[in-house]
Amino acid sequence: MKPKDKKTKFRYVWNFPGFGGWTAIFFGFLYIPIFVLVCYSFNSSKFAMIWTGFSFRWYTKLFSNDDIQSATINSLIIAFSAAPLATIIATFSALAIVRGGEFRSRELSNGLITLPLMVPEIVTAVATLIFFASLGINFGLMNVIIAHTVFCIPFAYMPIKAALEAMDPNLELAARDLYSDKPSTFRTITLPLLTPGIISGFMLAFVISIDDFIITLMVAGGGSTTLPVYIYSMVKMGVSPEVNAVSSLMLVFSIFIVTLYWIFNRKINN
Amino acid sequence: MNIQGENKTQNRILSLLPLWIVIGIFMIGPLLVMATVSLMESNVYGGVHFKFSLSGYQQILFDTNLFDEIEFNPAYIIIIARSFVLALAATFLSLLIGFPAAYYISRQSNRVKNILIFLVTIPFWTNLLIRTFAWIIILGKGGVIESSFNFLGLLDKESSLNLMYTNTAILIGLVYSYLPLMVLPIYASLEKMDVRLLEAATDLYSSRIELIRKIIFPLSMPGIIGGSILVFVPCLGAFIAPDLLGGGKKLLLGSLIQFQFSYARNWPFGAAMAMFLLALVILILIFNAKLNRRHRKYEAQR
Amino acid sequence: MEINKVNAINVKNVTKIYKTSNAETRALKNANLTIFDNEFFTLLGPSGCGKTTLLRLIAGFEDITEGSINLFDEEIVNLPPNKRSVNTVFQQYALFPHLDVFENVAFGLRRLNKDKNFVKKRTLEVLELVQMQDYGKRKPNQLSGGQQQRVALARALAPSPKVLLLDEPLSALDLKLRQAMRYELKTLQRETGITFVFVTHDQEEALTMSDRIAVINEGEIQQIGEPEEIYESPNNKFVANFIGEANLLTGICEKNGENGLCKLDAGQEVPMFIPNHIHKGETVTIFIRPERIKIKKSDKEKSYCTISQFTYLGNAASILLNSNTKSINVNLPIEDVKNFKKGDFVEVVFPSNSAQIID
Repeated sequence: MKPKDKKTKFRYVWNFPGFGGWTAIFFGFLYIPIFVLVCYSFNSSKFAMIWTGFSFRWYTKLFSNDDIQSATINSLIIAFSAAPLATIIATFSALAIVRGGEFRSRELSNGLITLPLMVPEIVTAVATLIFFASLGINFGLMNVIIAHTVFCIPFAYMPIKAALEAMDPNLELAARDLYSDKPSTFRTITLPLLTPGIISGFMLAFVISIDDFIITLMVAGGGSTTLPVYIYSMVKMGVSPEVNAVSSLMLVFSIFIVTLYWIFNRKINN
Repeated sequence: MNIQGENKTQNRILSLLPLWIVIGIFMIGPLLVMATVSLMESNVYGGVHFKFSLSGYQQILFDTNLFDEIEFNPAYIIIIARSFVLALAATFLSLLIGFPAAYYISRQSNRVKNILIFLVTIPFWTNLLIRTFAWIIILGKGGVIESSFNFLGLLDKESSLNLMYTNTAILIGLVYSYLPLMVLPIYASLEKMDVRLLEAATDLYSSRIELIRKIIFPLSMPGIIGGSILVFVPCLGAFIAPDLLGGGKKLLLGSLIQFQFSYARNWPFGAAMAMFLLALVILILIFNAKLNRRHRKYEAQR
Repeated sequence: MEINKVNAINVKNVTKIYKTSNAETRALKNANLTIFDNEFFTLLGPSGCGKTTLLRLIAGFEDITEGSINLFDEEIVNLPPNKRSVNTVFQQYALFPHLDVFENVAFGLRRLNKDKNFVKKRTLEVLELVQMQDYGKRKPNQLSGGQQQRVALARALAPSPKVLLLDEPLSALDLKLRQAMRYELKTLQRETGITFVFVTHDQEEALTMSDRIAVINEGEIQQIGEPEEIYESPNNKFVANFIGEANLLTGICEKNGENGLCKLDAGQEVPMFIPNHIHKGETVTIFIRPERIKIKKSDKEKSYCTISQFTYLGNAASILLNSNTKSINVNLPIEDVKNFKKGDFVEVVFPSNSAQIID
């Protein structure tokens, strides 16, 4: 501490003036739009843009909107199918890639997993559309589930791979050393230790599937509209307070799951 | 580690088979089919005519006029150029906004750091469509900005600032969409930096500006390059921001491709554009891989 | 301690080659050694010398390239780790983080399908042996390093293995705890009578705990012997340098035999035993520990060495002598040092049996 009469305040060399304020602006930029959206969803006015008073009316209205309800059900069916599928595939891939030692198709498999992240989403979307259309594959929701499974794989894979890499391989050896055969080592050691990673992977895949818009927009047929696609069509018709309400619910839901994931991960790491 | 008498190969193949099948059929398959479609003739009813043709690619540069003559058509080149300029601008702005924030976050205590980084990642996991749509409420006619201007008396009730459906609106949307992707890699490289380097540099008579220029910036270069690519690539193929905030009037590559399949029904042309975008992205990724390898070599030599 | 000479482990012509896509590493080259029952046997060597590889081959964590390993005269190289009655204490303990202390220790017994009551009785017994009986419900991450170490020991001891393998188990502990654990480990080995195979790179650990030591370097066994033997008469330069401090001086044989004479490079002639196969005029390397050398004052004209540096060590002092070719390290008890000061002209004296010729 410097004595009070000195004019210049002590400052650590790594502490740059103004960066803190800048960071506050940065977070403001990230969160103010979300905040505004949620606020406006409580607007009693019929016109989305003009604030007249506080009301829950648009939320109650959601529950009587059949289209929104069927879109929500579609979204949930797709996410609850695609996320587990992606998680299972990702788990087996991670086991082979991380624990399989050095093998020839390792690089290739790594590349395959990250491919959906590399290819621009719009390209994946139209490519899948062409693929299904030209092969005449039309199983309604199933089409969307397949497309979602593909691009959810890398997201499910990341935490599972991280959990496997963080797991000391000596644990499995120690179990083998203590008279445990291969299946029982997997059952008693690998799987329990991997479960948090698998749950994390599932949660991320689930959020990604629920939130996906572009691929679903291109792939989904008439009967398989999901919530984001429905929101899009409402926005295209004009901003309505109902859109604000359903969007806010989706935002809160995603933030809730991701926060859950974060708290869950912190618990494991401690 | 290889336990005596245990064969891993069989397990490995069985474990990877689902991956190979799913990605092989439903990711690589569609890309191959798309490549094929891009080399066919369009069919007026949508779909394709099974006949080899380069017309999809030709259309990017040329148009056939009423007299069946081929003439140069700059319309799509303009769209491509606009995509490039906007993506570059968005990348640069993200860097400008994100860098100080990434640095500030990296210098906090572990607890604060974790919470702030979590706050940076949250938007990434929320719906992009909804987050972009929120900007309509802010920028739109009678929206948050215009009504605050009204309130302050800077704008009379009848007129509008016309913020929506402009390149600026798209740019704001793009920056907003992908800003977290810029911050995370920069943060990752800054977090590894030893503060004592800054103390040493100051000790050796560096000013704060020189600290940024000579120490912090060079050391966070891998993060800056990584972040720039993570922002630039999706901006190039962005669909939501130009569609919602550009009102579909200012087409970008992404919205142009989508348009070909939703409305224009010119599949070969749309596929050709998608192939063009894919090729661009692959080039960028190869360039990045080369850079990374050079950097790793440099690290290894040290 | 009495060792009945029953072969616990017999390592015959064992070679281990690690193959990666572009290189081959010979981690172990034709190693042969026998470990007796009830013995505290140490594999000592610098990191990367192959000692851990040998331990992992015995445990069954690596596949063997060539050779055979017998456990009480039973060939075990083709058995997976879970079929070998040897247990390992891992370097970082490898305690199962999701199981509590009791379940960690009971793990092996449960896999062996032991009777429930027996599992409980045996687990408590072993926990008591390592004084961890009060910690059964704790998770490994709620234990200190020393406590984790005890649990790892208990876990490996619980199934009553024929041989216990310990892979640098003390290296993760701090100095004080390490020294205390040395004594405890040794006591435990004596009480249980189980054969311990202990891997370490710490020569002090090896010397204080072991019945016998095998010194390994670059995949080859350099010397096998009791601690004293290894310290006092190393087989070669590597062993001499690796264990303790050593002076390796060059000289020329003047006369061989019991009353031999050797002329040091420094010029001085010293009497010492020189084996008969070395003939007059041959250049030899002489090995002598710094604490075995004595010095005496000499005249300037006759002198071969000067004292160039004093280092105070508390109970002793280390003195560096400069001769015309090599410096010589001498450790003297503190009371003997008083007679000398820096710059003194001295000659060295090798008491009988203190110096020897080395390869």
